[in-house]
Amino acid sequence: MARRAEQVGGPPGRVLGGAVALGLAALILGTLGAVAWRAAWGAQADGAGGPLLGPADWAALRFTLVQAGASALISVALAVPVARALARRRFPGRRALIALMGAPFILPVIVAVLGLLSVFGRGGIVNAALAALGLPAFSIYGLQGVLIGNVFFNLPLATRLILQGWQAIPAERFRLAAALDFSSAEVAKQIEWPMLREVAPGAALAIFLICLTSFPIALTLGGGPRSTTLELAIYQAFRFDFDLGRAAVLAALQFAVSGVAALIALRLALPQASAAGLDRAVERWDARSPLLRTLDTATIALAALFLILPLAVILAQGLPTLTHLPGIVWTSALTSLCVALGSAVIAAGAALALALAITGSRRPRLFEGAGMLPLAASPLVLGTGLFLIVNPWIDPAALALPVTALVNALLALPFGLRALVPALREIEAAHGRLADALSLTGFARLRLLILPRLRGPMGFTLGLSAALSMGDLGVITLFAAPGEGTLPLQLYRLMGAYRMNEAAGAALLLLVLSFGLFWLFDRGGRADADA
Amino acid sequence: MKLPILAAGLLAMMLGTAAQADEKPTLTVYTYDSFASKWGPGPAVKTAFEKTCGCTLNFVTAGDGAALLSRLKLEGKRTRADVVIGLDTALTADAEKTGLFAKHGDLPALDLPVKWTDPTFVPFDWGWFAFVYDKAKVKEVPKSFEDLAKSKLKIVIEDPRSSTPGLGLLLWVQKAYGDKAPEIWKELADNIVTVTPGWSEAYNMFLKGEADMVLSYTTSPAYHMVEEKDDGKAAADFTEGNYAEVEVAGRIAGSKHPKLADEFMHFITTEAFQKEIPTTNWMYPVIKLSKPLPKGFDMYKPEKTLLYPAAEVPKVKDKALAAWRDALSK
Repeated sequence: MARRAEQVGGPPGRVLGGAVALGLAALILGTLGAVAWRAAWGAQADGAGGPLLGPADWAALRFTLVQAGASALISVALAVPVARALARRRFPGRRALIALMGAPFILPVIVAVLGLLSVFGRGGIVNAALAALGLPAFSIYGLQGVLIGNVFFNLPLATRLILQGWQAIPAERFRLAAALDFSSAEVAKQIEWPMLREVAPGAALAIFLICLTSFPIALTLGGGPRSTTLELAIYQAFRFDFDLGRAAVLAALQFAVSGVAALIALRLALPQASAAGLDRAVERWDARSPLLRTLDTATIALAALFLILPLAVILAQGLPTLTHLPGIVWTSALTSLCVALGSAVIAAGAALALALAITGSRRPRLFEGAGMLPLAASPLVLGTGLFLIVNPWIDPAALALPVTALVNALLALPFGLRALVPALREIEAAHGRLADALSLTGFARLRLLILPRLRGPMGFTLGLSAALSMGDLGVITLFAAPGEGTLPLQLYRLMGAYRMNEAAGAALLLLVLSFGLFWLFDRGGRADADA
Repeated sequence: MKLPILAAGLLAMMLGTAAQADEKPTLTVYTYDSFASKWGPGPAVKTAFEKTCGCTLNFVTAGDGAALLSRLKLEGKRTRADVVIGLDTALTADAEKTGLFAKHGDLPALDLPVKWTDPTFVPFDWGWFAFVYDKAKVKEVPKSFEDLAKSKLKIVIEDPRSSTPGLGLLLWVQKAYGDKAPEIWKELADNIVTVTPGWSEAYNMFLKGEADMVLSYTTSPAYHMVEEKDDGKAAADFTEGNYAEVEVAGRIAGSKHPKLADEFMHFITTEAFQKEIPTTNWMYPVIKLSKPLPKGFDMYKPEKTLLYPAAEVPKVKDKALAAWRDALSK
């Protein structure tokens, strides 16, 4: 496989992949280095000292591990049945539902949290129903809330990633299984389990890392300072103590945790033996029993309800003001769209180069590691490091938008990789020999063989990165926003000015635009993939 | 991959040079995001100042007051700021320590709840922190933190590590109760629904009915009266006093436009600037305006105003934070 794959990217292809990997490492580790260097420089000036990590930090580490680990496991455990049900059923609205799976992940945290509270909060739908039935009230605030929030964000993502794995299984295997009269359990053991061994650990790792490096959900739904994560401790080091050394040490600790998690996940992940398929439509003879049908229907319905209810609330609350939002909100929406498109192009290009390098290299782990780096980075340290690097040369305010596009492309890259790599392996396994026999190499191989078959994962990558940068609120505030701002920034400004109703309208606009972008790219990619 | 950014950077630099070639000098004012937003005082202040200064006023924003100070510290002497507006009394001691700020000139007669003696920073607005509630829902309004702790009322507060009002509340309890503050926090623990990263999250959750009271300002009910014609919201006066926040501006000593910067510093305490404050920042102006304040601004007059002298804040905040954290982590 290695020999063949060398011809996929060819030497220029691998150089490109290597460049992307190096660029990633330089950016992620360089920004951490910049913060640490500035801290050392500052410490000389101030003569600061004292122990760097206290008991509170270890408590934060413990809580971070618990919430991120549990969120990752629960999300993946729930995503497997949902993805399986979606993979073996065809029903009206299936495509829309799969596309909708992208929606929670791309929402700004505050919007999603407010949506969740309308369902699970003290005055939410669930508690109204419990009260009507005379049952005791349910409190979302606590670890349960953190988990609900994280699963709401990440279950759809996990489902999408695992579903990609299912869709990469050639239809011929199910045909063969049917010819051998396999039961559903045997199909699971022989075909689906090996696929899950390859895909699920990566999905779990991605979610673990996302939960590791965020704090607003944990803090808001966790009920108070006992739900302090490492990222919040970094935040505190920056703005409460202005202790850059501590921030750098905490960020390094976060990296170490990520590294250990990545090692475990890669060890658990078993690349499956790939086999040829003919891009035929998948038919599942094994899943025709009424019991399985009912089970799948119930699974899909429950997942859809959990995801759609909060979104429906956001829709209902935003509609009244959507049409008379102030002009500046629309201008900033346009700015955000441009940033999103730029980000999508960067992410998709970089992810493709890296994916080709991963499948083509004898040392894929090195490239895979580089591809996961962005997830391990503390967003605050990344932004601050970039600021420190850029500031002596160029006014950071002038770079706010390009940097937003770049950083969000980086953050979307790992997800793109998770979708691209298995598909790429499958393509090589299925068509590589024929292509070799035809001496189809280099760019022609990419254009004629690979890209047409990568439409699905490429569309997903483009859509996800576009949507992610649409909702970004991290880097831009560190770099000073240009006057007209971006849409999430306007949304926050509206909230900060007490204008919660207009903010609800802006939130809906943001949801519609992010989701629209995601849908367009994603649908473009899947136009004929699942007839 | 980096080409577009380089190109954008070059373009920005070219545009920057083009702007400098213009005759008008540019005064760069660092502020927090909501000050410069369409709904903040920024746009009106810019228009008014540019009428007389013969300059261009350019706002550069950071998230909030604390982010503003962090940014200044990151930039150090290299800062592009001429003036910084939007720090507050919880931050001025730290800001002073950077050595970046110059002393201010003469001030007019100020209308503040405390005597203003700071030689460096000029106040531009102020307010009292208070718990805001819905009059229809909260019938027995607590008169103190002890009352509040004994009640079954649910409150939502902001995290002092990530938000200005959150830090204000921390200092409030510390100032009012001193060594007893940790006990107060322990007793309040079961009233606190949750702690949010910032004011927006907390206030939104309160409006959605997640809590009976929210930590905000005594001027919050005025917003609902003036903008929404709704007089159903109220703020609680506490007998131990309400903590104040005074927001300030300072001139950067190394500014390339010292004269313009001084002009702006002077402009801050004039009527043209101050009249914008009440209905944009929803805070009190620092001078007596010729027109009366909007409806609702005169409803609250806490019996006592609590405020740490700026220099004491760094000494108390770490201990207060540790106590807060311990009490609420149980």
